[in-house]
Amino acid sequence: MGYEFEPKILGFLCNWCCYAGADLAGVSRYQYPTNIRIIRVMCSGRVDLSFILRAFSNGMDGVFVGGCWLGECHYITEGNHDAISVVHLCKKLLGHIGVNPERLRLEWVSASQGIRFAEIMTDFTKKLKEIGPLGISEGIDEKGLKFKLEAAKTLVPYIKLVERERLRVHFNTDEEYKEFFGREEVDRLFRELIADKLAISEIMLLLRERPLSTGEISEVLGLSSSQVSKYLNSSARQGLIRFDESQKRFVPA
Amino acid sequence: MAEELIEGQVGNSSDEGNVGDVMVVGGGISGIQASLDLAEMGFKVYLVDKSPAIGGKMAQLDKTFPTNDCSLCIESPKFIECSRHPNINILTYTEVDSVEGEAGDFKVTLIRKPRYIVEDKCRGCTTCTEYCPVRVPDKYNQNLSYSKCTHIYFSQSVPLITYIDPETCLFLKERKCNICIGVCKNKAIDLHQKAERVEIEVGAIVLAPGYEAFDARVRGDYGYGKMPNVVNGLDFERILCSTGPYEGEIRRPSDGKHPKKIAWISCVGSRQVIPGGNSYCSAVCCTYIQKQVILAKDHDAEIEATIFHNDIRSFGKDFERFYQRTANLPGIRFIRSYVSLGREIPESKNVTIRYSTPDEGVKEEEFDMVVLAVGLNPPDDVEKLASKLGIELDSHRFCKTNPGNPVETSRPGIFVSGAFGGPVDIPESVMTASGADALCSQLLAYRRGKLAKARVYPPERDVTGEEPRIGVFVCHCGANIGRVVDVPSVVEYAYTLPNVVHAQEDLFTCSTDAAQRIAEAIKEKGLNRVVVAACTPRTHEPLFRDTLREGGINPYYFEFANIREHCSWVHSREKEVATRKAKDLVRMSVARAALLQPLQEFQLPVDKRGLIVGGGIAGMTSALSLANQGFEVYLVERDKELGGIARRIHYTLEGMDVQAYLKNIIRKVYQHPLIHVLTETTISEASGYVGNFVTRVKSGEKVREIRHGVTIIATGAEEYKPTEYLYGQDDRVFTLLELEEQIVKKEAKVVNARSLVMIQCVGCRNEERNYCSRVCCNNAITCALKLKELNPQMDIYIIYRDMRTYGFAEEYYREAANREVRFIRYEPEDKPVVEAVREGGEHILRVTVTDPILGKKIALDADVLALAAAVIPPATNAEICKLFKVPLNPDGFFQEAHVKLRPVDFAADGVFLCGTAHYPKPITESIGQAYGAAGRAATILSKDSITASGAICDVDESKCIACGACISVCKYGAIEFYETPQGKKARVIPVLCKGDGLCNSKCPTGAISLKHFTDEQIFAAIDAAVPALAEVHR
Repeated sequence: MGYEFEPKILGFLCNWCCYAGADLAGVSRYQYPTNIRIIRVMCSGRVDLSFILRAFSNGMDGVFVGGCWLGECHYITEGNHDAISVVHLCKKLLGHIGVNPERLRLEWVSASQGIRFAEIMTDFTKKLKEIGPLGISEGIDEKGLKFKLEAAKTLVPYIKLVERERLRVHFNTDEEYKEFFGREEVDRLFRELIADKLAISEIMLLLRERPLSTGEISEVLGLSSSQVSKYLNSSARQGLIRFDESQKRFVPA
Repeated sequence: MAEELIEGQVGNSSDEGNVGDVMVVGGGISGIQASLDLAEMGFKVYLVDKSPAIGGKMAQLDKTFPTNDCSLCIESPKFIECSRHPNINILTYTEVDSVEGEAGDFKVTLIRKPRYIVEDKCRGCTTCTEYCPVRVPDKYNQNLSYSKCTHIYFSQSVPLITYIDPETCLFLKERKCNICIGVCKNKAIDLHQKAERVEIEVGAIVLAPGYEAFDARVRGDYGYGKMPNVVNGLDFERILCSTGPYEGEIRRPSDGKHPKKIAWISCVGSRQVIPGGNSYCSAVCCTYIQKQVILAKDHDAEIEATIFHNDIRSFGKDFERFYQRTANLPGIRFIRSYVSLGREIPESKNVTIRYSTPDEGVKEEEFDMVVLAVGLNPPDDVEKLASKLGIELDSHRFCKTNPGNPVETSRPGIFVSGAFGGPVDIPESVMTASGADALCSQLLAYRRGKLAKARVYPPERDVTGEEPRIGVFVCHCGANIGRVVDVPSVVEYAYTLPNVVHAQEDLFTCSTDAAQRIAEAIKEKGLNRVVVAACTPRTHEPLFRDTLREGGINPYYFEFANIREHCSWVHSREKEVATRKAKDLVRMSVARAALLQPLQEFQLPVDKRGLIVGGGIAGMTSALSLANQGFEVYLVERDKELGGIARRIHYTLEGMDVQAYLKNIIRKVYQHPLIHVLTETTISEASGYVGNFVTRVKSGEKVREIRHGVTIIATGAEEYKPTEYLYGQDDRVFTLLELEEQIVKKEAKVVNARSLVMIQCVGCRNEERNYCSRVCCNNAITCALKLKELNPQMDIYIIYRDMRTYGFAEEYYREAANREVRFIRYEPEDKPVVEAVREGGEHILRVTVTDPILGKKIALDADVLALAAAVIPPATNAEICKLFKVPLNPDGFFQEAHVKLRPVDFAADGVFLCGTAHYPKPITESIGQAYGAAGRAATILSKDSITASGAICDVDESKCIACGACISVCKYGAIEFYETPQGKKARVIPVLCKGDGLCNSKCPTGAISLKHFTDEQIFAAIDAAVPALAEVHR
């Protein structure tokens, strides 16, 4: 009784701006909700897709990435530009597997913006409370969610290659990034290059547990049997799986 | 006052009998830079500041132009650097009493004012402040808010200790109150403290006492001090700042309301030849107004900003664009008009301003708030300071320097840096600081390193084979943490965590005795990892890393848990939850600590030779300074002769004989045994890194290889060849440099001309070159004054956009106007027109321009027309920038590492720049910057080796698939491919790696990793954030 959902938030803050901003929030005694746990990285560009997926897979209700404002990166590598791409990509990935992308938030906070950090923390916590607990709010059970995130994690090396080959962009403003990642062609690329791979990755994970038929797979993954057949055929062609005649089921090759 | 309190004894605050190398007076940004460079060169420095904390005026600014970087964010890491440097002894709340002796051997008497705090006992916990019953106006916040009589100057203060204001302390005044004594757990308060006299011996002195903001009360004509909503520029900085009186909201003092209509009045106390005003231009106000306007609009887009101005002096690097950015904001009016303050409206406390415009005549307008852009005054009591130091002041009461060396004072061995030499901005203050250092180093080269200290540590124990044994130290931070977080329960909890073998609490873990206990615990309990749960690693990690070294283990085995800034301070009303969070943070740090690896900071040898590219005045000055500091120098010049563009310059505004100066310096360069001059030489190849560069140069057919530890780029600039105004078509049209040559030759055609017209801003401040060439206004005035001297009858017209005779050059502008040189302003959209017309059989050169005062076009027939042609970067900059891997800015000048704080450094370590390669500038400023570059370069050359961080990237070759993902993102060029028996693999060039770890998150196979922030270490922290998962990671 009187129980209120308290979202668990994990934050990755760059040392030079956002972490310093969080420090200043402390120095200035700006109060904000207690939900976040902070991990310091030297640059927001160090935030790996797998960090974010792992945090969600561990049951975090929200993940926060904080860096320097565009144009203010401490390094000439301007890793904050990469952070924004990674976050946009990860939001697509989360959306695709049924996790509310709003659970992942990227903000720029300069070393002088203690108050902004506190405001963002207050706001993000509030939003996450509205969204509700991870999985339950999305209508996915814990096991199913873990499974999907696990499949996504195995795909990280591949996504890095796709990002480099097809999605590496450099803009000067957040709006331009947002516009780019909102484009239909980017969505198409995502579907073609990543979504299909993700399905195959999920199938592989399932088959590693036990042999399954096309029907069983389509039931577990909630895909049509024709889609599943397509993935199974292409995986078989790539020598990832084979059909075991004795069991009348697919097994890993 | 202080004198009477002093008792006879001579204090001894340092351990080496009070002998040092250099005393730096003033702990603002200039003094800080001077101290850091000198300390790095191996000199022992006393940094003396009369304030309770170092930081100076820059610590009060909100942002800095033209990048709008947060001022304190970029300055405060330098505070920590100073306080941790073994060669710097900071003496705050201390004033200079007398200086005796001579260069190389000064005896200085200092007076340490009583803080009423025992410095080495105070931990800066501010409990005393909390309990102190006396509210006093907060000086740091320009008296716009209140603090206590016992307080820390500002929250990032170094030293972070309180001081008690004797004027308001109830005990010191009336012996009434001693609450602070009772609440201080460290017994740090001593209300009976007396001023102390300290004598020190030094070889040289750097003066960096800075400036005071012009006091607008003096003249009383702008209502400052009487009308609450009239504030000055520095007040407004505090109002903008999130640590300011209104926590970063723009409010006005009278009623705390958000002002919607704000006026800025420029040149308050500057460019005024009236009693109480300053005749010079303060050089920084135009741009700081623009900064404040941009920031005000950022805070509240509704604000209407009106700037009343005279000339807009955007003469600095990127200032022109900054001005345009401001002018293009919505709701901004720039009005060129003198103003007078009208009245205060009694009900609203609004203020009216009277001004005039050409179209509407005199108007009176009401504003919610008025900001006076006050100029820069010499420090208070400057005469007293000058007499104690035995130096001369100039007519403006700033430190007297000479144009040939802007960092020398009238007394040998005493140098000046920053705004004490005249009104300058932050970069100039930083450059001249490094310049003063170069001169100290020249003077004291023989004793470099003699007094310098290096910390000595016990040998490092190899613990790589051991199971993790973690010690957790939880800090109360006085009451800062302990009052919110249940520290004993966190300690108890820490004991239950995997690998933790020791846990304890401390009142202040950072105190010297607590740090000692950590070192002892490492030895006695065999700890091989240490977690401190306290404040932020951004300030205290270096301290605890040192503690680990003192305990005999690798410093990278240290990990912080930030339970103050990120917990107790921000969750102060939720004790229980905050305690739970503190436990989580400790658990995450412990999990990460278990996976930490020992890292080696490696030493790179330094080749103690310098290469200077460019043999103009800047390059030669740097070369001579380095050589005089005892370093061998190669000076490479592509022309046949040394001298650069200065060969075409004869006079400066201040009357320096440039050719004589040039002849003298060229002679000195050639005669110096340590300088190798290579003329008609170009650079064909450059490689290597800081301390170890290899450059191939080509002289004719001869190619040679030079090895050197530093590089200074001083490639200079050129004069634009105009295509406008009949230049090259009519032989009566010259550039300013050509005009100067004609004057020197006393060419009759020029000297006897009846009328001469000059047009300013030819080829710059336009779309193609969107910058101001900085020198042309001064040059035009120089020529005009020379011509008036030779031919007082000559009619001289200067057609200009803004006269940018900043700083003391303003005097000469005024003199020219007094000598009846006529100034006619033009707008860029209505440029003057030059025609060659034939009238009455004469070829007439006719200049037509709109006179804004008459409001109509006038025609001037000129015997001679001079064009102030832009200063442009040489085309060869494009090659130089590729060779040395240093960037150019959009205008083609070299781009320094940081506009404000690293003005002569490149982002690439060991490469520096100076002179007009950086941006157009007068000779005197080039010389100052050249000394600055020499000073910075010497911080590297004076070391035998340099240390590179251990937290850099590394490649696991067995995983590398040579995809190049890492190489493509590393703009530092720190990763390269090389051939191995297993094929092509990436490898990291450790000295170039900056440790941002972007490559790590791009590598698809996890082959490259950022040490100290590896995937495994971060995964451990991610997993430990969830209590149930913590056990899994062992």
